[in-house]
Amino acid sequence: MEKGSVWDLPDVPEGQLPPHIQLQRTRVHCNSDAPTHTENVQYSGAYSSLGVDNSLQLEQFRKNFRVDVIRLEKEEMEFDMVGIDPSLANAFRRILIAELPTMAIEKVLIANNTSVVQDEVLSHRLGLIPINADPRLFDYKSENDDPKENNTIVFKLHVRCERGSPRITVKSDELKWLPNGSEFSLETSAANSTSKPKTYTSFHTSQETLHDFSKKPIAPCHPDIILAKLGPGQEIELEAHAVKGMGKTHAKWSPVATAWYRMLPEVVLLKEVEDERAEKLVKTCPVNVFDIEDVGKGKKRAVVARPRGCTLCRECIREDEFKQDIALRRVKDHFIFTIESTGALPPEVLFTEAVKILEDKCERVITELS
Amino acid sequence: MEHGSAEDDSASTFSFTDEDHTLANTLRFSLNQDPRVTFCGYSIPHPSQPRVNIRVQTTGDPANEILKDSCQDLLMICQHARKTFEQVVQDFKNKQALEAMNMEQ
Ligand code: SF4
Repeated sequence: MEKGSVWDLPDVPEGQLPPHIQLQRTRVHCNSDAPTHTENVQYSGAYSSLGVDNSLQLEQFRKNFRVDVIRLEKEEMEFDMVGIDPSLANAFRRILIAELPTMAIEKVLIANNTSVVQDEVLSHRLGLIPINADPRLFDYKSENDDPKENNTIVFKLHVRCERGSPRITVKSDELKWLPNGSEFSLETSAANSTSKPKTYTSFHTSQETLHDFSKKPIAPCHPDIILAKLGPGQEIELEAHAVKGMGKTHAKWSPVATAWYRMLPEVVLLKEVEDERAEKLVKTCPVNVFDIEDVGKGKKRAVVARPRGCTLCRECIREDEFKQDIALRRVKDHFIFTIESTGALPPEVLFTEAVKILEDKCERVITELS
Repeated sequence: MEHGSAEDDSASTFSFTDEDHTLANTLRFSLNQDPRVTFCGYSIPHPSQPRVNIRVQTTGDPANEILKDSCQDLLMICQHARKTFEQVVQDFKNKQALEAMNMEQ
């Protein structure tokens, strides 16, 4: 922005910010050296000397808040969230990554492992497998709880590569769900052979009778995750116990591969860029943000066609040529949110669950204070 | 847990366990947006302790009432955001289903 005397500034109607301050408030200015006006003005009285109220107005928020779904697939979605403070957008992101529960393998009982993969490495690999089970149907299992049908999922894996046969690859589809719990008996109960031998879990009923697990059997989300390779004569026999947990304990419980947002880029041509210069500008941008428009009489003009694709690489304002003609900005309250689910829950459900968790936190504080 | 002066309840520090930036930063936002707040901020005394301290100073009203109001505001924002999101996703799904039907014909 050009420097000038304050007396030259135009009059601004009461209750409105002057345009340049409004611009600083709502946009990050991405200059060629460094971004400026990156802060968010939160304080309610920040503009009181200008007669502008910066406090939170719920009505105003309700009017301005907007969501647009751009892409919605089974495991991935992209949407725009407009008119919300970054602190909230970031809270949703943080909750998605670290505070939404899922089921993941926590205990591995290895009966036999003669493969080249060590027990602890194999267990770690098993832990990271996303499991297709709705975590909302299970309870957390604490240290002293017995593994029951409502807090544990048991899988069995037993593969052997026979001598003389070619090497085999063990994939995650070898993990077989045991709805009745563990099949390994505890050694202490071996003496009493009349009653049913005690195992590592104490299920009362089969999980198949619960919810609708019989229609949708529990299994890893993806059948083709490689766990180990077995040479002739090698064998793996183990049981894996999955429990409910949260991403902040270990990333294996994170329900998202990743969840991120970026602010909407805004590319503005401050001056007309015409003819050869327009051609040059179009060529400069590696992601084709600009297009050429015919204005008749053989004249051509550059226009901003796809600002959303702008990566803010600043290639276009690196040389002096276009520095004065282009303004690169980011809209501070427009978030392009992307959620990649690991498969247990669809991404749109994950987001609503994340918002619910923030609501619960607020409610907890309210009840604690009353 | 609240720490404040016995006579003057317009300034207090609130200490929450098992919370982090997620809640504290959003609360700081909604507290800052309340005209009755003169100062607010939060700190996490030690990164390996699951604890956050939130400081609230007000123009005179009891600090815990204002914190409660801020939570209420946040709650309303979240509820509105969630309802809007659910609605938009539903609309999007309906549109997709309709398009799929038209493709088949
Ligand atoms: S910053 Fe990079 S991506 Fe954005 S318009 Fe300029 S050249 Fe294109």
